[in-house]
Amino acid sequence: MSKLLLIAYDPADGLQGAGFAQKLGLPFDLLCLTGVAPTDVGAERALSAGLDEVPPADALASGLSGVAGGYTHLAAVSAMRSKDVLARLAGLLDAAMVTDVIAIESPSVFKRPIVAGSIIATVEVLATPVVLTVRPAAFGTPNLGGASVAESVALAGSGTAKRLSISARGGARPDLTQAKVVVSGGRPLKDAATFESVIGGLADALGGAAGATRAAVDSGIAPNELQVGQTGKIVAPELYIAAGVSGSTQHMAGIKDSKLIVAINKDPDAPIFDNADLGLVADLYDAIPEIRAKLGR
Amino acid sequence: MKILVPIKRVVDPYAKVKPLPDGTGIDTTGVKFDINPFDEIAVEEAVRMKERDASTEVIVVSIGSGDAEEQLRKALAIGADRAILIETSAELDSPGVAAELAALAIELQPDVILMGKQATDDDCNQAGQMLAAKLGWPQATFACKVEPCGNALHVTRETDTGDETLELPFPCLVTTDLRLNEPRYIALPGIIKARSKPLDRRPAAVNQAPRTRTTRYEAPAARPPGRKVASVDDLLVALKERGVL
Ligand SMILES: Cc1cc2nc3c(=O)[nH]c(=O)nc-3n(C[C@H](O)[C@H](O)[C@H](O)COP(=O)(O)OP(=O)(O)OC[C@H]3O[C@@H](n4cnc5c(N)ncnc54)[C@H](O)[C@@H]3O)c2cc1C
Ligand SMILES: Nc1ncnc2c1ncn2[C@@H]1O[C@H](COP(=O)(O)O)[C@@H](O)[C@H]1O
Repeated sequence: MSKLLLIAYDPADGLQGAGFAQKLGLPFDLLCLTGVAPTDVGAERALSAGLDEVPPADALASGLSGVAGGYTHLAAVSAMRSKDVLARLAGLLDAAMVTDVIAIESPSVFKRPIVAGSIIATVEVLATPVVLTVRPAAFGTPNLGGASVAESVALAGSGTAKRLSISARGGARPDLTQAKVVVSGGRPLKDAATFESVIGGLADALGGAAGATRAAVDSGIAPNELQVGQTGKIVAPELYIAAGVSGSTQHMAGIKDSKLIVAINKDPDAPIFDNADLGLVADLYDAIPEIRAKLGR
Repeated sequence: MKILVPIKRVVDPYAKVKPLPDGTGIDTTGVKFDINPFDEIAVEEAVRMKERDASTEVIVVSIGSGDAEEQLRKALAIGADRAILIETSAELDSPGVAAELAALAIELQPDVILMGKQATDDDCNQAGQMLAAKLGWPQATFACKVEPCGNALHVTRETDTGDETLELPFPCLVTTDLRLNEPRYIALPGIIKARSKPLDRRPAAVNQAPRTRTTRYEAPAARPPGRKVASVDDLLVALKERGVL
């Protein structure tokens, strides 16, 4: 019988992935690596691994392979951390894998974007098990209710990679991939201080997260974890404001799921205007202070 | 040290591509091909390691049609020592690529495999991790800094929330992210030298049955056309109308 194991880093990640799990329509168990697995998202079993810190991919994938038996589907919300580990798990299990699922045709046919979102591919899975990373925005929030059986599980994995140091920069702003509002800036933001005061300032005024283009990250204007796009984060806010962003295919690949895209660019022919719902041709250094003044925030 | 660098021939990442009208593939007419940008970064990093330690050998490998010779020659022009072209007409999925590369790695016994984090055509981000799993080697994906340190590599990798540094004993596998380095401009002498460097062609060794198959390629749903607003005031009115402020 088909069954899904939804692998989550923490309860919030589990909640995000449960929308997909419910839509897939197979019975599922939820495994939370850290924290206590929620029991109200429709899983048969709510498994908590109780880790204090998630180990490097070789040890984690080895531990996960020990609990993977009996599942035909193993899935996690798409993120750098899940791609790192789940593809390794797929290798250990000799499994099929589909990255960045955005639609379910059947439990063995999925849709996913390829070539920076220029094409949507329909992928048929020809082997079991299958490992999936899924984009949660496509599947909505889960229905809550019921009561899963809560259990703790021990992951017994081993690996030879050793973590020497780890830095997490997250500040007071909401998580970029879950934020309702995202304000992004590009190359013209000059330097880190300007980016922080202009883009970060508007993000704070709107209670949102700050994002950046690759050009901004490469020139040291913004930290790498703020990069949005094909090779950065995928965002799906209610409101996405792009200021000083040209609108490259690679950047747009990360923002297509936004409900409303607003572009502020001083070049009336910038490609971003072709994909923005609302466009303002203006210098961002005039427009952003004016927006904040008129909002009184 | 011996470094193996797998590279993929992909459609030019800056080209606009469309599906074929019948949905059976990608329309590549008139589109240029290049080394997958992440793989070019991997070649560059391997060549820099060689420049710091002359005893290093850099071997590049590509799996696919004979046309990939063009990309292998480019990698040789950057400074790789020799190339292997595993010729197949099959459309390999990432598990299939990992299986071929695992067989090659067992034959060549490299200390390090350096490769791209994802191919910009299929955007899978799978083959490196699958290969590391098959070989039982430690891995560091999304690398932005690689430093040999005794019998290990110290790799700083980008994470969702910042970065971390891992120590990987040899043999190990690293996948590259964009900020690891900026590949050099290839000058003419390098291109000329690359023509006479060894390039072995051989058939695929494993020919693993595909685990997935792409059955349809379609254009994404188009976003309904937007409109320009004349001023910040008009923008704020529109945002309020839509209930996002
Ligand atoms: C393999 C690969 C992967 C990539 N992945 C990503 C990715 O994940 N994310 C990503 O973002 N990019 C990615 N890129 C890079 C992408 O192709 C573009 O180069 C990048 O998105 C451009 O960033 P930008 O819009 O900040 O800069 P630019 O293209 O330089 O655009 C700056 C814009 O700002 C406008 N401007 C200038 N001054 C002002 C002002 N004062 N006020 C208002 N507007 C102003 C200009 O008119 C221009 O339109 C990738 C590229 C490759 C090859
Ligand atoms: N046909 C291929 N030949 C050589 N290397 C490949 C091939 N396909 C993928 N790779 C390597 O695997 C990486 C990840 O690919 P993918 O899993 O397709 O995103 C690429 O960056 C390459 O280094």
